[in-house]
Amino acid sequence: MKFSEKWLREWVNPPVDVEQLADQLTYLGLEVDGIESSKPVMSDVVVARVVDVMPHPDADRLRVCEVDNGTSDLLQIVCGAPNVRRGMVTALANVGCPMPDGKKLRKSKLRGVESNGMLCSGSEIGLSDENDGILDLDENAPVGESLIHYLELDDNIIDIDLTPDRGDCLSIRGIARDVCARNDLPLQLHEITPIAQQNEDTHPVRLSSSSACARYVGRVIKDVDMHTDSPIWMSERLRRSGVRSINPAVDVTNYVMLELGQPMHAFDLDKIQGEIQVRLAASGEKLTLLDNREVTLTGDTTVIADDSGAIGIAGIMGGASTAVDLDTKNIFLEAALFLPEHIIGKPRQYASPSESSHRFERGVDPALQADAMEYATGILMNLAGGKPGPVRDWQDAPRLPLGKPVQVRRSRLSRLIGIDISDEIVERVFTRLGIKFQKNDDGWRATPPSFRYDLRIEEDFLEEVARVHGFDQLPRTSPEHRPTFRPVAETSVPVIDIKKLLAHRGYQEVVTYSFVEPNQLEKLRPDLPALPLPNPISVDLSVMRTTLISGLLDTMRRNQSRQLASMRLFETGLRFLPGNEEGGATSDDHIQSNHGDDIQIDDVLQQQSMLAGLLVGEHQPEGWNSDGRETDFFDAKADIEALFARANGVSLSFESSDLAMLHPGQRASIVCDGVKVGVLGQLNPEVQKTLNLSQTPIVFELSLAALSKAKVTQAVRLSRQPSVRRDIALLVDEAVSHESILACVSKNGPDWLTSIKTFDVYQGEKVEKGKKSIALGLIMQDFSRTLEESEVEQAVAGIMEAATSELGAVLRV
Amino acid sequence: MALDLDKLLTDAQSLIAQADSLDEIEAARVELLGKKGRLTSALKAVGQLPKEEKPAAGQAVNHVKQTVQGLLDARHAVLDNAALAEKLSQDAIDISLPGRASAAGGLHPITLTIERISALFAQLGFDVALGPEIEDDYHNFEALNFPAHHPARAMHDTFYFDANRLLRTHTSSVQVRYMNSNEPPMRIVVPGRVYRCDSDQTHSPMFHQVEGLLVDRDVGLTDLMGHLEGFLKLFFDQDDCEIRFRPSYFPFTEPSTEVDIRIGGGSWMEVLGAGMVHPEVFKAVGIDTEAFTGYAFGMGVERLAMLRYGVEDLRQFFENDMRFLQQFHQAG
Repeated sequence: MKFSEKWLREWVNPPVDVEQLADQLTYLGLEVDGIESSKPVMSDVVVARVVDVMPHPDADRLRVCEVDNGTSDLLQIVCGAPNVRRGMVTALANVGCPMPDGKKLRKSKLRGVESNGMLCSGSEIGLSDENDGILDLDENAPVGESLIHYLELDDNIIDIDLTPDRGDCLSIRGIARDVCARNDLPLQLHEITPIAQQNEDTHPVRLSSSSACARYVGRVIKDVDMHTDSPIWMSERLRRSGVRSINPAVDVTNYVMLELGQPMHAFDLDKIQGEIQVRLAASGEKLTLLDNREVTLTGDTTVIADDSGAIGIAGIMGGASTAVDLDTKNIFLEAALFLPEHIIGKPRQYASPSESSHRFERGVDPALQADAMEYATGILMNLAGGKPGPVRDWQDAPRLPLGKPVQVRRSRLSRLIGIDISDEIVERVFTRLGIKFQKNDDGWRATPPSFRYDLRIEEDFLEEVARVHGFDQLPRTSPEHRPTFRPVAETSVPVIDIKKLLAHRGYQEVVTYSFVEPNQLEKLRPDLPALPLPNPISVDLSVMRTTLISGLLDTMRRNQSRQLASMRLFETGLRFLPGNEEGGATSDDHIQSNHGDDIQIDDVLQQQSMLAGLLVGEHQPEGWNSDGRETDFFDAKADIEALFARANGVSLSFESSDLAMLHPGQRASIVCDGVKVGVLGQLNPEVQKTLNLSQTPIVFELSLAALSKAKVTQAVRLSRQPSVRRDIALLVDEAVSHESILACVSKNGPDWLTSIKTFDVYQGEKVEKGKKSIALGLIMQDFSRTLEESEVEQAVAGIMEAATSELGAVLRV
Repeated sequence: MALDLDKLLTDAQSLIAQADSLDEIEAARVELLGKKGRLTSALKAVGQLPKEEKPAAGQAVNHVKQTVQGLLDARHAVLDNAALAEKLSQDAIDISLPGRASAAGGLHPITLTIERISALFAQLGFDVALGPEIEDDYHNFEALNFPAHHPARAMHDTFYFDANRLLRTHTSSVQVRYMNSNEPPMRIVVPGRVYRCDSDQTHSPMFHQVEGLLVDRDVGLTDLMGHLEGFLKLFFDQDDCEIRFRPSYFPFTEPSTEVDIRIGGGSWMEVLGAGMVHPEVFKAVGIDTEAFTGYAFGMGVERLAMLRYGVEDLRQFFENDMRFLQQFHQAG
C-alpha cells in the first residue's frame, strides 16, 4: 500500500524523520518497499491570480492575461488554455523557473505578444495526467505562495508491502495504530460526527443469509452535483496512494477507504430498479462491470442486484448500469461487510482485483461501516452538496467476525519468546493496539479489537508483544541441548561422496530443471510415459523428466555452441514416473523403478533418485603430451566400476541391453545383485541425428540407491605362500564375450586360481577374420603350501580343455 | 727384466690415460690384466725365473700390477662420472612445460552451498532429511496451516498437476513428514529443489531451499535469532555483515520473522524466513504444544550463494555454462 507521509502524520506524528519512520514500519512488520518524494517535476511554481483576460490580436486560441504573482507588478502572460478566466487562481511558472527538461523558462513572444511566464496545467507540473486546462485552485489560495507549500507537495510517498494477515493496515488509520504502539503515542482521533438526515428518503435492501454479506449500511443522498472536480488536496492524497480522481462520489468512497479501511460504493439511485438485494448469483447470470467487461457469474458469487438482475459483484466491482456519472443527481451509498471466506479467490476468477476486493479478502473491520458512512457523507456534502437521508444498518449479527477472549499466559510468553517481558510493557502494547484485557493470576484475558482478524490464539497475542516491543530489542540466545550419539553408518555411501568421486574423476556437476522439453524426452525414453505440467512456464519446460539424460544433452548442446567440445557431466536428482494407464506404477524394463527407499506420496507416482553422466570429446584436455583419444564406453565403465567399488562387495555386472536410445553395439545394462539398476552406452547415432547433436556422447544413468548401499569389510587372512603366474592367449570367435571367457576359466580352474588379469585383446591381421585373441594372466596361489610345477601345468591344461569344449577356443602360440 | 717392467708401466700409463670411454678402459683392463694381459704374462714369466730371483721379481711385478689396477680404477671412476653426467644432461627436461592434462571436474555451487549450510548446522546436531518433490496438498499446504483459498497461498505460485498433487513450493513439506514419523526432540535441515510458477530475471521456476526445524522442550524466539544470526555470520564469514530480524507472516509459524542481511553497508537483502512452529502445525502431526515448542526456518540457497560468491544473475545457476561452473572448482 502506498500512502502520503503527511496524511499518516495527521493521525500520528512521532518525532522521527521519514527514514526513521520507514525503519519503524519495517520493524513493525509493515515492510517498507520504497520512499518516493511526491514533489512534482516542476517544483518552483507559485500561486497566482488571473486579473484580466483579453483576446490575442493575432490568434483565436490564445489569450493575453494580466497576472498577479504577489509582487507589485502585474505580468503579461499569453495563455492557450481553454479554461482560463478572469479572477481564476492558478499556478504560475515565473521567468527563470527550472523546467522539466532542465532549462529555465524564458521570456518569449507568442505571435508577436510578449509573455512573461507560463500558467500551468496539472500535467505540466507533474501532478496529474489530466491536461484539460490550467490548474484551477481555490479562490482563497494565497497569491505569491509556493504551490508546493500551499498544496503540501513537500511530502513523501511511502510504499509498504503488507503480509496477507494484516488487512487492518490497508488504511492510514490502521498503519497509524501500529506506529502509535511502537512510539507509545495516542492516536490523533479524527472525530466522526453523525450527519443529520435532511429528509426521510431511504432505499429498501434485502440481505440473503447465504450471501457474503454480514452487515450492510446504506444511505440515500439526494441532489448532489457531480459537475465539479474534487479539490486538489483530495485528488493529491488519492494520487499519492495510486488512485485516480474520477468524480466527487467515487473519490469520496476511495478517500474513506484509504483513510479508514472501509471499501464503499456509490450507485446512481435513479438507475436502481426496485429493491436492492444482496444475494448469491444465479449460475450463468451475466453482468457488465464498470470497466465494460461482461462476466458470467458462478453460483457461489455474491452480487448486489435489483429487479433487473445483478448490478455489481459484492466487494469486488460495481456494474456499469448503475454507475455514477456527470448527470447523476441522487446517489445511494453502500458501506458493507463482505466476509473474506466468500470473497477469496473471486477477484482472480473474474480477473477483477480491486482496492476493494483486496481489503475484503483480508478482512474489513465489522464495526466500521456506520462510521465510514457518516464520514463519507460529510465529505461528499462539502464537495458536491446533497441532502442525506437516514443511515440504514442491516446486520446478520451471528455472522459478524468478532474475536473471542483468549487467555494469554505470562509463562507462555517468556517460554515462546525466550525472555521475560514486564507486565507493564505487555499491557502498554495491548492498550495501544486496542486489545482489551483483564489481568488475572497467570496473565491476561485478552480480547482482540474488531479490526484484527489475525488475533485468534494465544501465540498471536504473544507475537504482538514481541513485534511492538521490537525484535531488535530481543537478545540472541541458544537453547539448552543435550546431544546424544547418533549412528555413523558404514553401510551407506553418502551422496556427496559419490559426487566428489565423480568430480575427482573429471566430471562437472550440473543442475538442470526437473521439467523438460517433451519431444526430446520422447526420443530418449519413448517407453516411459511422462507427467505433463498443466501450467508450464513454457513448452520447453512442460513435462517432468523420466530420465536425467535429457538435461545433460541440453547442457552439452549449449556448451558445444560455445566451442567447448569435450566435457564430462553428471547430475543427481529425481526422475518422475507417473504410472501406467491401468492405474498401476510404471515399470521400467531397463532401470528398476521401485529401487531404493525414496519417499513416495502414493503407490503410483514414483519419484526416484538417479545419477546420470555424460562424456563427450577427448578423454584428456588438449595438451602438449595428450594423445587425442576420444572418450569411449570403457572410460565411462571404469567410472561406474569405481563408484561401485565404494559400495564395497555388491555384485556388479554389465549385461546386454536393448534400450533403443543407445547404440545397438555399445550399450549395457548395469546389473547389481541381480537387479537392473542402470544403463550405459553410446547415444544411438539415430537419436543423435534427430536431436540435432553434433556428437554422440557416452551416457549412463543409474538408480542412486544402488550406489548408496555398502557392505562392512570383513578382512581375510593373507597367504604367505608365493604366487605363480601363467599367461595364456585364447583365440575365440569375436562373438564370445570376455565375461563368458572369464566365467569359463574361473569355473574350470582350481580353488587356488586367485585372480585373472586380461592383459591383451587383439583383432587384426595376425588372427583369422571373425576371431579375436584374448590374453589372460592366471594368478595362482594356495593358502597353505607352495604349488608344484606339475599341478600348475595340469590346472592350465584343464582350463584350456574346458575353454576349447565350451567356447571353441584355441590356444594361440 | 726391470727394463721390461718400466716399459710395461709406461705403456700402461699411457694406455689408461688415452682411454676415453668406459669401453676403452675396459679394453685397457683386458689388455693389461686380462687372462692374456701383459701383466698376467709378466707374472707368468716370473714363474720361469730362477728360484732365487722369483721373490724380487714377483714383488716388482705385483707392485706394478697394483699401480696399474689403481690407475685403471681411478680412470674408470672419472669416465663413469663423466658418463653419468652426460646421461643426466641428456635426460634434462623443460620443467616449465605444463603437467599432463587431465579433465578437471567439480561440484555445482548449489551443492557447495548446501554442503556448507548443512555442515554448519551439523555442529549443532542437525541431521539432513529429504522428501519428495511432487507433493500432495496436505503436506505442502494444509498441514502447514494454509487453509484452502487462503491469500497466503497466492504468495506461492504453485505448479499443480491436479486438485491434490503439486510441485512442492517449499521444503517445509518435509517438516510435516518428518514430524509424523519421528519423536521430539528433533533437529533437521532439509535441502532440496522447490518450484514456483514464476520466471524472470530474479525468479527461476525451480530453485533450492534449506528448511530447518528444531523442536525441543524449551525453545524460544530468541533461540531462533541466536542460531540464525550465528549461522549467517559464519556462513558469510565477513566482519561487515549486519543482520536484522523483522516481523513477518507465514501461516505455519507464529511469531514469524524475515531475516535481512546487509554486507558492507549496502542495501538490506532478505535471505530467509523463520518463526516459531505454529500450534496448528504441531496439532496436525500430534505433538503436544504444551510439552514442546520449536522453530522452523527456510532459506533460499541461490540467494545465499549469490551473496557469498558474487554471482549477479540467478539464472546462471541453471544455464550450466562450464565457464561459470569451473570457477567453483577451488571452492570444493
